[in-house]
Amino acid sequence: MNAEPARAALDTTRPLAIAVMAMGGQGGGVLVDWIVALCEAQGWVAQSTSVPGVAQRTGATVYYIEVLPLPAGAPEGLRPVLSLMPVPGEVDIVIGAEFMEAGRAIQRGLVTPDRTTLIASTHRAYAVIEKQAPGDGIGDSNTVVAAAEAAAKRLVAFDMAAAAEDSGSAISAVMFGALAGAGALPFAREAFEAAIRETGIGVEASLRGFALGYERAKAPVAPPAAAPAKIAPVIASPGEGYAALLARARAAFPAEAHDMLAAGLQRVVDFQDLAYGEEYLALLGGILRLDNAAKGHALTTAAAKYLAVAMAYDDVFRVADLKTRASRFARVRDEIGVPEGEIVHTTEFMHPRMDEVAGSLPAALGRFIERRPALFRALDRVVNRGRRVKTTTLRWFLVLYVMAGMKRFRRGTLRHQNEVAHRDAWLARVMDAAPRDYDLAVELVNNRRLMKGYSDTHARGLSKFDRVMTAAATLEGRPDAAEWVRRLREAALKDEDGIALDGALKTVDSFLH
Amino acid sequence: MAERSFAREVRDLELGEGEEFRGEGILALTKALLQSGVGYVGGYQGAPISHLMDVLSDAQELLGKLGVQFSTSASEAAAAASLSASMMYPIRGAVTFKSTVGTNVASDALANLASSGVTGGALIIVGEDYGEGSSIMQERSHAFAMKSQIWLLDPRPDLPSIVKSVEDGFQLSEASSTPVMLELRIRSCHVHGSFIARDNKRPPYTLAQALDQPVRDVNKIVLPPASYVQEKEKIEKRWPAAVAFIKEGKLNETFDGDLADIGIALQGGMYNGVMRALQRLGLADIWGKTRVPLYVMNVTYPLIDDELAEFCASKRAVLIVEEGQPDFIEQSVNTILRRRDINTRLFGKDVLPMAGEYTPDVMLNGVRAFVSAAAPDALADADRAPNQPAIADDPRVKALAGAVPPRPPGFCTGCPERPIFAAMKLVEKELGTHHVAADIGCHLFSILPPFNIGASTMGYGLGPASAAAFNVPSTKKSISFIGDGGFWHNGLTTSIGNAVYNKHDGVIVVVDNYYASATGGQDVLSSRADNASRSTKHPITKAVEGVGATWVRQIDRTYDVAKMRDTLKEALASKEPGPKVIVASSECMLNRQRREKPLFNKAVKGGQRMVRERYGVDEDICNGDHACIRLSGCPSLSIKRTSDPLKDDPVAAVDNSCVGCGNCGEVAEAAVLCPSFYRAEIVHNPSRLERFAARIRAGVIGWLQARRAKRMPVCS
Repeated sequence: MNAEPARAALDTTRPLAIAVMAMGGQGGGVLVDWIVALCEAQGWVAQSTSVPGVAQRTGATVYYIEVLPLPAGAPEGLRPVLSLMPVPGEVDIVIGAEFMEAGRAIQRGLVTPDRTTLIASTHRAYAVIEKQAPGDGIGDSNTVVAAAEAAAKRLVAFDMAAAAEDSGSAISAVMFGALAGAGALPFAREAFEAAIRETGIGVEASLRGFALGYERAKAPVAPPAAAPAKIAPVIASPGEGYAALLARARAAFPAEAHDMLAAGLQRVVDFQDLAYGEEYLALLGGILRLDNAAKGHALTTAAAKYLAVAMAYDDVFRVADLKTRASRFARVRDEIGVPEGEIVHTTEFMHPRMDEVAGSLPAALGRFIERRPALFRALDRVVNRGRRVKTTTLRWFLVLYVMAGMKRFRRGTLRHQNEVAHRDAWLARVMDAAPRDYDLAVELVNNRRLMKGYSDTHARGLSKFDRVMTAAATLEGRPDAAEWVRRLREAALKDEDGIALDGALKTVDSFLH
Repeated sequence: MAERSFAREVRDLELGEGEEFRGEGILALTKALLQSGVGYVGGYQGAPISHLMDVLSDAQELLGKLGVQFSTSASEAAAAASLSASMMYPIRGAVTFKSTVGTNVASDALANLASSGVTGGALIIVGEDYGEGSSIMQERSHAFAMKSQIWLLDPRPDLPSIVKSVEDGFQLSEASSTPVMLELRIRSCHVHGSFIARDNKRPPYTLAQALDQPVRDVNKIVLPPASYVQEKEKIEKRWPAAVAFIKEGKLNETFDGDLADIGIALQGGMYNGVMRALQRLGLADIWGKTRVPLYVMNVTYPLIDDELAEFCASKRAVLIVEEGQPDFIEQSVNTILRRRDINTRLFGKDVLPMAGEYTPDVMLNGVRAFVSAAAPDALADADRAPNQPAIADDPRVKALAGAVPPRPPGFCTGCPERPIFAAMKLVEKELGTHHVAADIGCHLFSILPPFNIGASTMGYGLGPASAAAFNVPSTKKSISFIGDGGFWHNGLTTSIGNAVYNKHDGVIVVVDNYYASATGGQDVLSSRADNASRSTKHPITKAVEGVGATWVRQIDRTYDVAKMRDTLKEALASKEPGPKVIVASSECMLNRQRREKPLFNKAVKGGQRMVRERYGVDEDICNGDHACIRLSGCPSLSIKRTSDPLKDDPVAAVDNSCVGCGNCGEVAEAAVLCPSFYRAEIVHNPSRLERFAARIRAGVIGWLQARRAKRMPVCS
């Protein structure tokens, strides 16, 4: 045991430390300038630093501030020695301008339970690696919530991007308001507002954003918005025939499947007609006969979903129909926020190829062309071109409208025959497997998720689907077959070129041989 | 036009005696130059010293009043060469650039200047781009100082010290006839603080006077035998003169402490970090009081042997705090002590890491290890062996590793460079991968997801030069990129001229966005804007043709992805000898928006008919494959989860930050993705005729829509 060293002469004052975690272009610099101006106006000493560099081009970056008051009666010229980098474990306030950036602050050790107030916006700006996955690559915000609860002394969190939009302001102003509302700095609200007024740029908007941030910071933590609930569409006024069909479906199928069934039935009838809905129910009925109540009718529920997706494929009639609906026109106006009285024109980017055209022809004619590669190529040269379609002009609207109306001929098209053949082969595999390995059958249904996109994307999806289905055949009979098929599918959704799938297939190969 | 306007900062440059300057380190330094009677300033922009160039560029009027000449140098070499004005004439000159990359480029001129020696003070201000946030290879400027015998200042990172070092630097340079390098780290450049200003000073001897009365001295020219004499003079005259000046002027600082038998000798730039570590160990306070004596080297080259010997002689152990590698200072101090037979134990790179930035925890661990070994009684038990449960070990915090995505920088929303790489990706899908030589500039973001294009970077303007060896018959040509910034920096000769002369059978893409964008949007020779003080609008194609390239294509709208793709394919297929040069031009969207948006909003407010474009995705049609994102990476092209029970994966969505550049629509069309993209043209203040036509159309379309909806068995 050593004697306590002579510390008496040393002052134990510490500065108040603030770290701002932001993305380039989010206005983190503006926020930092306000905080510095605020503290200096209160007679405090303030030092801020940043490392903008290339990070200002949308990358993650950290701003760091240390502030403190000079002691009473301080000699002239007394200046503190402040750190230029955030010190893990010694940061009093962390402001996360985006939720994963708040998570990054926790990861870096800047948020600690003994002292840190974490002020975080719960909104997400997805990083490229989250967006580019062919499946769902979004990081789980709840992980940040849990980590914040563990690491922060106090958490102030709400959607500041939404608040900025609501107040017609920028997120920096809302964050500054949240900082004031959190009460982590010993200054009055008016002092914060004075700092905004001092800059003289966009003062009114910033004050609105500030006010909203201030108010929301006082409210209990608002957790990040959950994914929207999957809602079976509610039909405002279904035709009589549809109402009867739906009622029949409800009577014939178990309750667990009802929600998905309603969504699926609506989709296929909307895609074609009531008869197509009957066809859907008939096919699904075949699956139901193989299902197991003890398993919660998982097979029927899964099939209700993916059978509808398979039956309501995207062809030219479908696209033309969706693009010309009144509901779509309304959605566009809503999404881009067009003020009343202003005009919107929409232009679609379409690129039909001979494949799509041949698919839309009567099956015999389509096949005739398909079997003559030279003819097919010649026609493709005429057809295969990017076309910009101005849906809001009468001419183009009519073209699409008529094309949408031609869906009544759909059943006779080449595309439909091909889709039906593929669908039936898939269902046959499912129905074949179900009696022997129920769980595997469910996974075979779910594999339909791999097929999506158009043209090359569709071809890649189809190839992944085929590879997983082939592997499933070799796995059948093993107790863990279902689990492995699930893993293969997850891998296939990870990247475009199927690199993860290749790896997973190799693993499967290694224990099969 | 640079990215930021520095109008307010320019006002700060005019502050007079006794007034308080508040602002960034690099701007304080700019003010210090004017206070010290500098006659001319040059430089090449780049983080972290861009603001010095930008603020001076905005301060032409003030500079004119003061009689200070300011050039925007074509490269760091040009900047360094301009210091020759201080060689024969008593004029103070300063140049600035990013280091070590800029110093690499400038080193020819710097070495000549250092050999000749100077009459007026010559200051080289380098932004030491080392550690977090750096965009370059991790090296030290220190080696350049040593090899050419240029004195190196590394002041404490606070504004008064930085400002003082400028005046010290000029005086030291004049006292020892040697150029002086002033090193500022990234954070010191961007540190906000304050200092008390002095009046600006007109240069006492002007460039015009020099031109009127030219002076020459053959002994100052680097040619034998003068060059041998210059080397001797460096050692015999200039070095001792510098040492004497540094000692007398007390450029280095000593801070006493009661633990007198240990000490820390540190680079000035490390001072705040060392003080924070000592404070955390209970050995210092925030007001600069320390228990461990400190020797702060505001001059890190040359070392002052006597001062170091004196500091160490009375101590059992001394810690050298020197960031980066090799450990030049530590090695020198060892020599100094051995020669004098001083047996103080030295600590340094044994307790601190050889490589990497000295972050707070690294510094804490190093200083703790030193004090624990050299003066264990000075530490409380808790400080010697802290036993705190780290929050990082909490499983809930560890779980973040699986959720928090990396977020590297990327192309901005609407960037005109994005479609160039989207086109490249389409070419690669068709023709396979190629050897792609990248360059320095925003376009280097192509190496990251989602594009993953580019195999090497060899330096600014060197992209095509770095592909020079791949000039052999092959089924595939090499493709190289170069930006307009790099092109004018040296690329015209080093990359294009080189390829023409050697008949290089490869494809060169010049990414022309009208500015040196990565460094903050400064004008270059080919910029299209009017610039009152610089000569612009010199087309790149003319320059390329001027050095003899024959296969040259100009693309004036990079957003035309199909054309971009086809031009690349044409270049790859061409049988013409020599380089195939594609100049792909569209304006940097950051600059364009900054210029156009206020005008647009004003016009809309004023009732003018204006059309705004933006893009959108029909979520009914998108099925969540995200192929469009893999060809874009645009911040405004994102994803969202839907309430549709039949959709598993999030669908693409364009958010409100969309600037309507058109890339996503063009890509969807060129790559045959899917028909879900649409362009919306929003007409503000439409004419009456337009409104009338719109009403008619809406009436007819609405009637048709209602007619069909009625026939549908379901309508959602």
